[in-house]
Amino acid sequence: MANAHDDHHDHAHDEPAVYPDGELYGVLAEFDTPGELIDAARKVRDAGYTEFDAYSPFPVHGIDEAMGIKRTILPLIVFGGGLTGLIGGVFLQWWMNAYNWPWNIAGKPAWSIPANVPIAFEATILFSVLTTFFGMWILNKLPQVWHPFFRSDRFAKVTDDAFVLGIEAKDRRFDHAATTKLLKDAGAIAIEDVHLEGDPRRKQMPKWITAFIVASTAFALIPFAIAAKARNSHSSEPHIHIFPDMDFQPKYKSDTAMDLFPDGRSNRGAIGGTVARGSLNADDVFYRGIERSESGGAWTTGFPKQLEINDALVKRGQNRYNIYCSACHGFDGRGSGAVPLRVAAGGGAWQARNLVEPGGASVMMPNGQLFNTISNGFNTMMGYANQIPHADRWAIVLYVRALQRSQNAALEDVPADHRGSLR
Amino acid sequence: MSATTTAEGAPGTEHHEESAKAREAFRAVTRDVAWVAEAPKPHKAWLGALGIALIMLGIGVVSIYHLVTTGIGVWGNSNTVGWAWDITNFVWWIGIGHAGTLISAVLFLTRQTWRVSINRAAEAMTIFAVMCALLFPLLHTGRPWFAWWMLPHPNDMGMWPQFRSPLMWDVFAVSTYGLTSILFWYMGLVPDLATFRDRFAAKGDKVRAIIYGLFALGWRGSARNWHRYERAYLILAGLATPLVFSVHSVVSFDFATSQLPGWHTTIFPPYFVAGAIFSGFAMVLTLMLPLRHLFNLQHLIKESHIEAMCKILLATGMMVGLAYGTELFIAWYSGNLYEKFAFANRALGPFWWSYWAMVSCNVLIPQFFWSKKIRTSPVIIFVLCIFVNIGMWFERFVIIATSLARSFLPSNWSYFTPTIWDVGLFIGTLGLFFTMFLLFFRYVPVIAIAEVKGAMPEAHAGGNKDKH
Repeated sequence: MANAHDDHHDHAHDEPAVYPDGELYGVLAEFDTPGELIDAARKVRDAGYTEFDAYSPFPVHGIDEAMGIKRTILPLIVFGGGLTGLIGGVFLQWWMNAYNWPWNIAGKPAWSIPANVPIAFEATILFSVLTTFFGMWILNKLPQVWHPFFRSDRFAKVTDDAFVLGIEAKDRRFDHAATTKLLKDAGAIAIEDVHLEGDPRRKQMPKWITAFIVASTAFALIPFAIAAKARNSHSSEPHIHIFPDMDFQPKYKSDTAMDLFPDGRSNRGAIGGTVARGSLNADDVFYRGIERSESGGAWTTGFPKQLEINDALVKRGQNRYNIYCSACHGFDGRGSGAVPLRVAAGGGAWQARNLVEPGGASVMMPNGQLFNTISNGFNTMMGYANQIPHADRWAIVLYVRALQRSQNAALEDVPADHRGSLR
Repeated sequence: MSATTTAEGAPGTEHHEESAKAREAFRAVTRDVAWVAEAPKPHKAWLGALGIALIMLGIGVVSIYHLVTTGIGVWGNSNTVGWAWDITNFVWWIGIGHAGTLISAVLFLTRQTWRVSINRAAEAMTIFAVMCALLFPLLHTGRPWFAWWMLPHPNDMGMWPQFRSPLMWDVFAVSTYGLTSILFWYMGLVPDLATFRDRFAAKGDKVRAIIYGLFALGWRGSARNWHRYERAYLILAGLATPLVFSVHSVVSFDFATSQLPGWHTTIFPPYFVAGAIFSGFAMVLTLMLPLRHLFNLQHLIKESHIEAMCKILLATGMMVGLAYGTELFIAWYSGNLYEKFAFANRALGPFWWSYWAMVSCNVLIPQFFWSKKIRTSPVIIFVLCIFVNIGMWFERFVIIATSLARSFLPSNWSYFTPTIWDVGLFIGTLGLFFTMFLLFFRYVPVIAIAEVKGAMPEAHAGGNKDKH
């Protein structure tokens, strides 16, 4: 058979055919029309061949049945892919928005199906499309850019106008003479043998392809190498900032170094021996709760003279107390505010100071000391000097005194004309 | 053995003539499509168009550079009109893309064989339109380099996307749509790329044969491959059809789920989808009519195909008109003060000119297509389609800008004026679109060769049924 084929002419001119062709890969038979291709395919199948295929420029309808091609399982695979997409899309949204990090968006429930339908739908489509596309190519065993049949010039016409039937030599029924005769009888207008490449050099992958693969792989590894280096080394250089985002501004923040001043600090404190306008605060009673005398100072027991002790001041004190103090000390002053309750709910035990306990420290403290405690804090309590103006602090002191009285009140404290309404 | 063995097809017989004619018809299709890519020198008109498109693209690059390095304050957007040309252009481009999917998927499922002459180009149009569309929300984020934050991925910020936001739905819908369109298009291309591979190999053009060959994935036209391929094509068409409707519905949710009068309407999803198909077909015709003329594709893209598209324009144009009418009716019928005001303001307020530009381009202009004479004159169709494109742009502008400029609080009211950077970016996306399309036209099989052959009567020639 060695002299009976002419499928070599594309390189026959520039390269003498020193090497004989390799072993026979298969036989190609060309047919005139799609209809004849179908008829021939049916005959070949009926003759018991399995390793054969029909090649055409477009899908020839009716050939599936003639060749005995089984219905592809692709739709089933796609169904699996779509289901994965649906479940994945629902799970993704549930896990991220309702489980791992529940978001309160305008008080809506963390998990509500209608809002999650669009993305679940799109995920279903996306996964189905990807499985269809890649599943089809994988089932078709493509890409495979090289095939022995490509050595035939006749075969190259398949993508233009040729209808070709190819029987591979590995078919167990393949017998060169008998197979050729079968194809000829089926109406082939031309029959051609296709051999594997005989030249050992040409069987190798061209060097430039190998070089390209090695080079591109090495190139693709560069980013990973840089990332790995960055993760495993230390550098005193700042990060590369591609987009500065106003991260670096020509200004000084407090408590940073600055070489403009002799002390090397960016802070400009008050000049020694001066007081800022309006900050003299010379009145010790009002500003510090201390009564000065010749012998020294003591906590004041009264109220500063600036304040008029009346119902409005008590109301003001109640208002401020409820805002700033009740969270810990409770609205009744007994030390069971929201914070201690929350500590208890978490299994801990912590009570705020009971402000109204008869004979307790808070009851015994002079007004000035209460004022000082509010201003500067006590133990774990922080000072409120920055949040509550002086007059309001005094109002709170007044309200605490009112609480201490009301929480420990006896019947005699109630005005006589109201006693009848008590139960 | 390799000598031609004549069986039934002996010269002179009736059979031989039939088969010779069929093969010549197949070859003609290949030749007519391939010559655009095989011509050694590109057409002068093509070069001129590419030059203009590249200049427009350059304007876009400059606009994007200025935008990104400065901030979106360079646009005319304000606190009141926070969405303006950017989102208008986004919706406009996405809508244009939908015709491609409609032609490739919906017309495939409904067995409209005339689609085979235009589906390839229409799908390419979809992909390029989606590319242009994606640019706008990306740039509108202000810091496009953080766009990946919108994708759900584990990160050290401990942040997840907020899936209740229609803007997130948009991210998923549009990216799924873009990816699906690319895969569908590429899958359709593979057999035709194999045709190009074999033609360039036969001519000895090794470089191009290798490039086309790599993308053709070694396609051999095997019947076993065709079987799965056709099944996959059908599945993809079946998936793309609900997808295309969902995408523009989701885009319309960006507006419909808000509470702004003029946006908060349930009519939006169908109204947007009809508008998308309308504008998309107009764009298909705008692109195909000159190229069909330039590259002598009249016998592939037949007059009847153009006519069918004109009829679709007429139908969808009237659907859009119905939607406008319904909006006005509901505004009156609802008795809702704000709704009434929003629509009176659209037609008679400061943006009245855009409303009437929209109505005349989208409702009145398509009425010309009732005439068969107009449906068969390419020049008139081309001009009318340009008007439709303009009209559909105004539709989105009317919805977005007029509603925002007159929201609930009168103290918020303002007017929108675009800056040159708004215009520059829009021109830039047009440039990107036309550049991509022109390159596609020259280097990629512009008509689905295998599909056209399969739809020809010659595809059923020969065989048992006419054996003698």
